[in-house]
Amino acid sequence: MVIATDFDPPPPTAPKPNGNGNGFQPAIYVYEFPVRIWHFVNAFAIAALLVSGYFIGSPPPTLSGEASDHFLMGYIRFTHFAAGYILIIGMAARTYWAFVGNKHALEIFAPPILTAKFWDNTWHEFKRYVFLEKEGRKYVCHNPIAVLTMHFMFLWGITFMIFTGLALYGEGTGMGTWQHTLFTSWIIPIFGNSQNLHTFHHLAAWSILIFVMIHVYGAVRDELLGHQSIFSTIVSGYRTFKSPGKPEDMDRA
Amino acid sequence: MDETFYDVLRRQGVSRRSFMKFCSLTAAALGLGPQLAPTLAHALETKPRIPVLWLHGLECTCCSEAFIRSAHPLASDVILSMLSLDYDDTIMASAGHQAEAIVEEIVTKHKGNYILAVEGNPPLNEDGMYCIIGGKPFVEQLKYAASNAKAVISWGSCASWGCVQAAKPNPTQAVPVHKVIHDKPIIRVPGCPPIPEVMTAVITYILTFERIPELDRQGRPKMFYSQRIHDKCYRRPHFDAGQFVEAWDDENARKGYCLYKMGCKGPTTYNSCSTTRWNGGVSFPIQAGHGCIGCSEDGFWDNGSFYDRLTNIKQFGVEENADVIGATAAGVVGAAIAAHAAVSAIKNARSKGDNE
Ligand code: SF4
Ligand code: SF4
Repeated sequence: MVIATDFDPPPPTAPKPNGNGNGFQPAIYVYEFPVRIWHFVNAFAIAALLVSGYFIGSPPPTLSGEASDHFLMGYIRFTHFAAGYILIIGMAARTYWAFVGNKHALEIFAPPILTAKFWDNTWHEFKRYVFLEKEGRKYVCHNPIAVLTMHFMFLWGITFMIFTGLALYGEGTGMGTWQHTLFTSWIIPIFGNSQNLHTFHHLAAWSILIFVMIHVYGAVRDELLGHQSIFSTIVSGYRTFKSPGKPEDMDRA
Repeated sequence: MDETFYDVLRRQGVSRRSFMKFCSLTAAALGLGPQLAPTLAHALETKPRIPVLWLHGLECTCCSEAFIRSAHPLASDVILSMLSLDYDDTIMASAGHQAEAIVEEIVTKHKGNYILAVEGNPPLNEDGMYCIIGGKPFVEQLKYAASNAKAVISWGSCASWGCVQAAKPNPTQAVPVHKVIHDKPIIRVPGCPPIPEVMTAVITYILTFERIPELDRQGRPKMFYSQRIHDKCYRRPHFDAGQFVEAWDDENARKGYCLYKMGCKGPTTYNSCSTTRWNGGVSFPIQAGHGCIGCSEDGFWDNGSFYDRLTNIKQFGVEENADVIGATAAGVVGAAIAAHAAVSAIKNARSKGDNE
């Protein structure tokens, strides 16, 4: 393995991507500021939603004393709803940024699934994850397996959670409110009844947790074994490379 | 047959005083406000009585039982006089061919001007042979009676959603009324049974104003089905405080804490029980210490145990709720990740060794 310390990032002003002698791709600015902020706000919102959501379904043990002394379920539910709104606003802003931000901001929304190269890379990375291939390839944005999980597990999953979540929230705000009119009124009939809607909201929540596990593990593993920076990139925005060569998605980048 | 409702009532011995009382009560139940009681009275005094046909399909008659026990005896008196009880299996005087002839008479004579109330539902399997009325499958009687109706009322969960006879696996293939009747406005009044006051109020509204009350997307009158039991439950402060009955015989049950953990379906059930209550406003299930079972919800028989908060899902072979399934899946993925990480570390250490 090439150790990160024995590599000197070339100056960002290098004239041509690979023409600076040592063959290293210079650092590239990938995640713009709004994307980075969103990533962490979103992560905290999801954590708060998963924990508070679990306790809404299975509340903690009963508190003794007068009802007027406590508001535990009220606070748990408030946490859930507040975090839900933060997540929704964040997702709306992130979706907007996908279109006005740089090219990388769009990748998880519109994976380049129509190119043969994408699938060739997917196959390669798949083989790497099942230990049939030793070295990963280099990517400016994400490796294709990461893109696919983010697109299908995260984006679609979170969209489902937002719609079903607003539909459940609209049950409380009541008929005539925008949440009820825009979501509850047509989503409940699709699921037959509110109880079923709750069940699917729970199932999808667990699938989001599974996504988080895969996402974090993939990031840790690629940080340690891959050929590009991961953690520092989501903090600073810059992707640096640990081995020489042109990244696979350089032409799109 | 051009008698007004009021004529009929007077003929049945209802006093004017009682009549006015009924009007104000019903106006209140409908949420119309006291100033509309005279409107109601005027309508009943001047409008000719609209016949109501009351059919019974596959059912347990709990809707009729509830209806004739409408809280205020007056209400049931008035309503029963208003309905043309010429045809109602349970309480009509005639029988046999004579009775069946009445259906035909109303359908042909009052074309487009009678209300069809349906309790129960038609089974479609084996050409409808699981429910025979007067020698013919009920589904045929239903279609015939609906053909000239002004509107159809689906009484109870059977007619509205299917109820117990349509629960999985539904051997008789019982279907709710709206699966068979497509060309008439249908008002669904679900519940097993529906609340009697709700039934009388709905029918009074239709008969007096000659229009259908405002319905939600699932065809239920908004005035009675727009809120969940949980939204108006008197135990709600205990819910918000996080105080729950944890076992049927615990101290908390005696103190009247929230029944959420005992599987109360109040948070997912649209009905007026927590406002109207039952038996003349005496009580309702939660007040009696038992959770709501969600009887007015579509498919409530198939939503698992009445005593589980989270529904058991059967598609996985073993019956478990969403959280158990989710946690198991997360555990499996976690174990897979740990194993993958271990193999990655070993392989990496080995290849490093090879390189040196
Ligand atoms: S709706 Fe359900 S409850 Fe009413 S008659 Fe039918 S079985 Fe009985
Ligand atoms: S008893 Fe049922 S309806 Fe009442 S607050 Fe508790 S969960 Fe809600």
